[in-house]
Amino acid sequence: MNEHETPGHGTLGERLAQQGISRRAFLKFCTAMASLMALPPGTATAIAEALVKSKRPSVIWLSFQECTGCTESLTRSDTPTLENMIFDMISLDYHHTLQAASGYGAEKSREDAMQNFFGKYLLVVDGSIPMHDGGVYSTIAGRTNLDLLQEAAKGAAAIIAVGTCAAFGGIPNAKPNPTGAVAVSDIIKDKPIINISGCPPIPVVITGVLAHYLTFGALPELDDLGRPKSFYGETIHDRCYRRPFYDQGKFAKTFDDEGARNGWCLFELGCKGPTTHNACATTKWNGGTSFPIESGHGCLGCSEPHFWDAGSFYSALSMPASPLELGTDAAVAGVAAGIAVSIANRVKKGAAKSAHEKTTIADLEK
Amino acid sequence: MNPTSNNFKNIPIYAQTEETYSVGNIRALLSEIATCLEKLVKTGETGMIDLNSLPLAPGEYEQLRQTLAQGEFSARIEAIGPSEIIETRYPGVWWVTHYNVEGDIVADMLEITSLPEIIKSQPEDIRTGLELLRAQLDDAQLNERAQQ
Amino acid sequence: MNADLFLTWVRSTGLSIATGIFVLGTLWRLFEIYSLGRKPDLAVPRHRTGASGLHTMFRRSVPPPGMFKRSATSYVAGYVFHIGLFVIVFLFAQHIKLIQDLTGLSWPNLPAQFIDATAVVTLATMLLVLVERINKPVKRFLSTFGDYAGWALTFLPVLTGFLATKHLLFSYTWMLALHILSVELLLVFLPFTKLIHVFTLWGSRWYNGDVNGRKGVAV
Repeated sequence: MNEHETPGHGTLGERLAQQGISRRAFLKFCTAMASLMALPPGTATAIAEALVKSKRPSVIWLSFQECTGCTESLTRSDTPTLENMIFDMISLDYHHTLQAASGYGAEKSREDAMQNFFGKYLLVVDGSIPMHDGGVYSTIAGRTNLDLLQEAAKGAAAIIAVGTCAAFGGIPNAKPNPTGAVAVSDIIKDKPIINISGCPPIPVVITGVLAHYLTFGALPELDDLGRPKSFYGETIHDRCYRRPFYDQGKFAKTFDDEGARNGWCLFELGCKGPTTHNACATTKWNGGTSFPIESGHGCLGCSEPHFWDAGSFYSALSMPASPLELGTDAAVAGVAAGIAVSIANRVKKGAAKSAHEKTTIADLEK
Repeated sequence: MNPTSNNFKNIPIYAQTEETYSVGNIRALLSEIATCLEKLVKTGETGMIDLNSLPLAPGEYEQLRQTLAQGEFSARIEAIGPSEIIETRYPGVWWVTHYNVEGDIVADMLEITSLPEIIKSQPEDIRTGLELLRAQLDDAQLNERAQQ
Repeated sequence: MNADLFLTWVRSTGLSIATGIFVLGTLWRLFEIYSLGRKPDLAVPRHRTGASGLHTMFRRSVPPPGMFKRSATSYVAGYVFHIGLFVIVFLFAQHIKLIQDLTGLSWPNLPAQFIDATAVVTLATMLLVLVERINKPVKRFLSTFGDYAGWALTFLPVLTGFLATKHLLFSYTWMLALHILSVELLLVFLPFTKLIHVFTLWGSRWYNGDVNGRKGVAV
């Protein structure tokens, strides 16, 4: 069965027409995407022209050990928005939260898509993969997540790990990690993986990455943690509008004091902005409405690995991440060592004294 | 340290007039626009400047609006959110701002061209419209026959 | 090793280990020094004991007559960088927050620009002190590995802290982790190098003054 016969896999142009989205609206979308991805503005038309002719690629979305927040982040609106127009650009052949089908029928369509487009489909993963006890802590249709991932990865052109759980392990991976949750990149080593981290990620970032892949057929430039540099290249701190207060040493001490009301820096209230790479300070949330710091709460660091174990969200970066241990033991050990050494010293002194020989004239005449 | 003495209301405000406050970005931008316009005149080559990517000091964006002003043409598009297109006081220099349904700017650019692409009706949309019109005409014909 | 993991480690396990060794080492060394004791002084002291010791603890902070001219740099630079260290450690908001977490005490901070300037002056002065140590023949002759190590252990925290807040060299996450690591190294080695003068300074000044008082030259 070839691509043309599979329903839903016609060109993007055909799909847009079906959805009643005008070519002009699509051109607007491409202009916005080009601007977001910092591409030269003139490329929007070229992007639109290339995309409308493209066959909508098959996308298989596997949801593993997750809270569905990443899907929610992308699908929050019930009217078409520029962010979720991405769903028109792809053929979402499997997504167990969004699809209408269920049961064996749904699983069959997944298997068909994987077979028909082997080597060409995009695999999107959200949620971590549990490994303990044979991976039984998360299964779909009787199969473990590990099994499903390994099978789906074989024929994938690229894997997009959406959300901190898929990118780094996320909350299930936090101490003590009872299910043995790991990231996609801990299991799959032979396919290009892009990590779109965040808990959840900013929706337009997901869209932007998919748009980039669909336009250029390649993943964008990635940082050392596999995240796209165009969104994760800077820290929140680098672009925070409260930075002048940080630079002057003006900090809010509690959540409702004068400093907080005047919009001072939230470093002392635990803001992890300086160590967190994401686009929240520029792209913001809810269509550019605001972001945590603008709303008065410090950054949690949710797009960084192991942020759940990096100390309290309300402990400043200059404070210890966990209570200090070893104190009294060290004190006792120190005193003990001190006593031991002093005794040794006294013994040495005593021995030297008793070994002391008086010098006589005879010695001098030798 | 008395925090109340540092709040925004107590910061003295020194008003800068449009003519005097500038860090030079506007002038540089206008130069670039002039260069693009020259190319348009000589060879017909169009140009685009993405304003989202430019670091403009506070007030410079409004200064740019005032400097370029509005010419004879303004248009509004409603396509998954509004878009505003105006020709500035310099013909051939267009200011295109795209908003999403929530009213946030998703793209903001200056186009140096005789007509921005997005104003034109797109060929595929025209074809779709033609089909729709034909279908409507067919319906109308059927209704007329039915009434006779 | 991932930057975030490393930062979390130095903020938790690393800090616990370093403070543990610091407490252990300091108690051990102090015990060792003070348990040495002195032979009982059977002579009658020439002056009332105690006052001379106490006086000496403060008098030693002022250069003896004539010494200032001979090595002005040592005295001025020494004072400048010690005061600089005090200002940076105790009057920088982020450090006060750390102390508050450990002890519950806090006090107002100085503006960050002031601390920045102090850091620059402290770094420059410490470099000057090092250059002097290398250039002056007698100082160079007397210097041992421990002297240079002590200098480095003190210099690195100031340098890395400054680089971190100014976002220079490496990413903030790495610089902050290196800064905390350098402080932990300082803690670990302090009790076993001359840096223990932090604790023993007052005791030895007192002792010298007291002995002098007993022998007849009350200070």
